[in-house]
Amino acid sequence: MKPIFATSTSLQLRLFLAVIASFSLIVFDSKFDSFSNVRLYLNTAVSPLIYAADIPSEMLKGVSNNVVSRRDLRKKVAEQKDQLFTQQVQLLEFKHLKQENKRLRALLNSPVHTDQRKLVAEIITVNSDPFSLQVVINKGAMEGVYIGQPVLNEQGVVGQIVDVAATYSRVLLISDISHGIPVRVQRNDIRAIANGGGELNSLNLPYMPHSTDIQVGDVLVTSGLGGVFPEGYPVATISEFTYQVGQPYAQVEAKPAVALERIRYVLLVWDNDDNASEGDPAIKDLDDVNEPQLETGKEKTL
Amino acid sequence: MTSANGRFKLILTLILALLLTALPVPEPIDSFRPDWVLLVLGYWCMALPYRVSIGYAWVTGLALDLLLGAPLGIHSLALSIVIYIIVMNHRLIRNISLWQQALIVGFLTMLNKLIIFWAEKLLFDISITPMYLWSILTTMLIWPWIFLILRKIRRQFAIR
Repeated sequence: MKPIFATSTSLQLRLFLAVIASFSLIVFDSKFDSFSNVRLYLNTAVSPLIYAADIPSEMLKGVSNNVVSRRDLRKKVAEQKDQLFTQQVQLLEFKHLKQENKRLRALLNSPVHTDQRKLVAEIITVNSDPFSLQVVINKGAMEGVYIGQPVLNEQGVVGQIVDVAATYSRVLLISDISHGIPVRVQRNDIRAIANGGGELNSLNLPYMPHSTDIQVGDVLVTSGLGGVFPEGYPVATISEFTYQVGQPYAQVEAKPAVALERIRYVLLVWDNDDNASEGDPAIKDLDDVNEPQLETGKEKTL
Repeated sequence: MTSANGRFKLILTLILALLLTALPVPEPIDSFRPDWVLLVLGYWCMALPYRVSIGYAWVTGLALDLLLGAPLGIHSLALSIVIYIIVMNHRLIRNISLWQQALIVGFLTMLNKLIIFWAEKLLFDISITPMYLWSILTTMLIWPWIFLILRKIRRQFAIR
């Protein structure tokens, strides 16, 4: 049945092999892009577990949706009607502005912004690695989701896709410690990189000289320079700007525009292929004179 | 025939442990989540060290990495090392009382967590919080129950 004497040498050999295999996996996974193809298959293999883990919270959601009172529902409908009405009116104005913007851009010989393909995805609530800030969404490679794709919601930028399976994918939030996003201050177009602080609601802007014109309350929007995120979406607001004498740079903290602990639906955005290569070369060249080395910062390209 | 049957049940308990690890719970109690995979795998390695050892640990660790979205290989590495220690000392662990076993399990959980932390520290600039270590305590407290339940399963289905 079993050998009486333990085959301890073989056990040590097995441990050795397992450790070697683990280390090579760690290196391959984090350093080589071509490995993402293998990951796609492996992720797809565990997707039943992901969806099974989500069942209890889906059921709870279903229950809480069913026990809403009639009065609450009516109130909600009335509120949303109001909201819809005002937004329709705003939309009329927006359409006009869009047309005007298109014409002006055409006059200036700048590339015209076209509509992008968008898709709504829902968050799957599963537990994830305690050392990284990520969420799982219910759209995957079958819908054309790709690694590096920007993820937004109605409040601003949520993060980007880092891992894809056939039916789900993983979003790295902008406040993750390994995430960096190129931004500019909406008020005066100062550009910077917003790095994740490692906690859900903190970002920091490294290498900002203390003379920089950034104030608490300034809104940061995506600058579109990294080539990952589309231009102009809100990212964060500055929450702290301090400078200590003797330090080379000021300490600049920001708070994400999106309430990252409460997201339920997100929007996936596809880059338009014909538009992707063009960008805004003229504007980019002008601005890059400031701090060119920053642009290579921490933009995570996987 | 019984062997194949036993393997299916054994793998089922491991899948259940993986599910419990992925299950979302409210934020305040999340850091008290016991290390289910280590508990279940640890029991099987102690009870059947010639059948379940480092191979199982490595594959389960890989599944855990995929499930949690961690860099691949991290949980495999940690679980392989911890399971190696259990299999090497399975005679000792079998013959001590349940609460002494729980102490050893607590120590191994800590080792598991620290290996994961060190491995991720090599890749990212992360820092450890005391909250990360609280689950060692719950893992220790839940070990006797897991032990009794899995022993009942093992005897009932005669998994050898």
